[in-house]
Amino acid sequence: MAQSTDIEIATALPEGEGELEAHLHTKRMLINMGPSHPAMHGTVRTHIELEGETIVRMDPEIGFLHRGFQKSCENVTWNQCLPYTDRLNYASALMNNFGFLNAVEKLAGITIPERAQYIRLIGSELHRIHDHLTCVGAIGLELGGFAPFLYAIEGRELIMDRVTELTGARLTTSFGRVGGLNRDLPEGWSERVLKSLDKCHELIGEIDTLLTANRIFVDRMKGVGVITADDALDFGFTGPCLRASGVSYDVRKANPYWVYDRMDFGIPIGVNGDNFDRYLMRLEELKQSEAIVRQALKQLPPGPVIVDDWRIALPPKPEVYGTIEGVIAHFKLVMEGVPVPAGEVYDSTEAANGELGWYLVSDGSGRPYKVHVRAPGFAIMSGLPHMVVGRMLADLIPTFDTINMIGGEVEQ
Amino acid sequence: MSAFALDRIAERLPQALAERTVDRTGAPWGVVRADALVPVMQLAKSDPDLSFKLFVSIDAVDRLHLAPSTPRFEVVYFAYSVSRNEHLRLKVRVGEERPEVPSVVSVYQGANWWERFVWDFYGIRFLGHPDLRRILMYEEFKGHPLRKDYPLRGRQPLIPERPIEDIFRGPGTSGVA
Repeated sequence: MAQSTDIEIATALPEGEGELEAHLHTKRMLINMGPSHPAMHGTVRTHIELEGETIVRMDPEIGFLHRGFQKSCENVTWNQCLPYTDRLNYASALMNNFGFLNAVEKLAGITIPERAQYIRLIGSELHRIHDHLTCVGAIGLELGGFAPFLYAIEGRELIMDRVTELTGARLTTSFGRVGGLNRDLPEGWSERVLKSLDKCHELIGEIDTLLTANRIFVDRMKGVGVITADDALDFGFTGPCLRASGVSYDVRKANPYWVYDRMDFGIPIGVNGDNFDRYLMRLEELKQSEAIVRQALKQLPPGPVIVDDWRIALPPKPEVYGTIEGVIAHFKLVMEGVPVPAGEVYDSTEAANGELGWYLVSDGSGRPYKVHVRAPGFAIMSGLPHMVVGRMLADLIPTFDTINMIGGEVEQ
Repeated sequence: MSAFALDRIAERLPQALAERTVDRTGAPWGVVRADALVPVMQLAKSDPDLSFKLFVSIDAVDRLHLAPSTPRFEVVYFAYSVSRNEHLRLKVRVGEERPEVPSVVSVYQGANWWERFVWDFYGIRFLGHPDLRRILMYEEFKGHPLRKDYPLRGRQPLIPERPIEDIFRGPGTSGVA
């Protein structure tokens, strides 16, 4: 629907001024940064009304990646929801998996073994590094610097290699089960992770040197896409985007889960709430996450990785093939699913983009009744028009980068 | 988990909370009457001792296969207070005959998209919402997908092409120049 309205910004010409100084008639232009656009992360369509170069109104249209996550989860068992959760925030699948399992275990009242908690923490932090590297690299890329992007991708590849050794997949991990994890760490994995983190550390240092004090980068990012703390809270921002505006809220510190209370790490807090602060948040969180993984690997205790209860976790294969109880337990778990007692729960973990909340309703059977995922990107995306209206079109690009909207979680 | 927030709401707005429950994990829930929803959210946000300023999310549950199954829908609201470090969990029970709830967009700007999501997927109208249209589905979609009576693999009718002016269409296979 292309409509144009002529807006006359002509005022009375002062005496002696010729036509050269007269104001031009301008026309409001409605352009469409369509779903397939290199700068729109994933498939997002934005209707932008421009007055010259200034954005007057902006309306993001989402839904091109909606795959029916909630409806699908209502039709499978609790453990079968894991592949669906992978595909939410596909840059950090382990965090989705473990966040979901955390909420299910809360509802069912299960405490997972300590080793499983440590491994979940290590997996989450590795994928936090993965997600932040993607974001930081993409910020550099979209502002014209290809080199930082390639360093970030190299770092990502190392992490993906480690995650592949652990879970079997690069991106869609489906790791973890209700009650713990399905598999323990492979041989020598800890040493390889430490070597990868050393290399990532160097790469993060390179990206930092290339971008943070770079005049062009700073000029395009500082003071752009500003959002105040009150507005950020109102829109529902969480995570690095909220902390960049100065609000100190991190679920890992506010409501520690697993073994985060035993880890020594800091939370970076920004001042201005602009793009540059959001970038700095992610850069600093990369360093903090690396420190957390190192500490966790040192503290990792031996032990089982899944609860010993056959109503929740699959019995070991010798029992399944040897005893009748094992066969029956295996059958019930696979055919009917883990029997989570009827009730509801709201629980959240700190994903890379913010508070990943889960509202689960169970009807007592092995299938979920309702799985609501509170995607942090959804709330942040709704605040995007607020951040860019009044700025130039070129300012939309870094703003859209720094909010790290991942299509999978926003559109479920 | 502390019930201070619900106590304060019950004290200041006595008729607002129809019921108070505690879920399996020990978290307190408040069932709010629909007409009192906006004052409750306003109080939760502005009261200095409560200060639930971070708007978390809204969603709905279709109770068709749960017991009790009427009223059919429950719209759940979550907010968080940084100063108190706790979440607020509220729900509003809505019937099928008149699925309408007052909108809280006037209190929290973040509620805008979440209410559109609930309208899109459950068909619950939010009175006073500035722009209530579908958010993830396309506008011509028929039905509300997350309702329990919408099939998992529901088919949709074909929709006519949208009339868009000022667009150039080259000669394609449809025969239209």
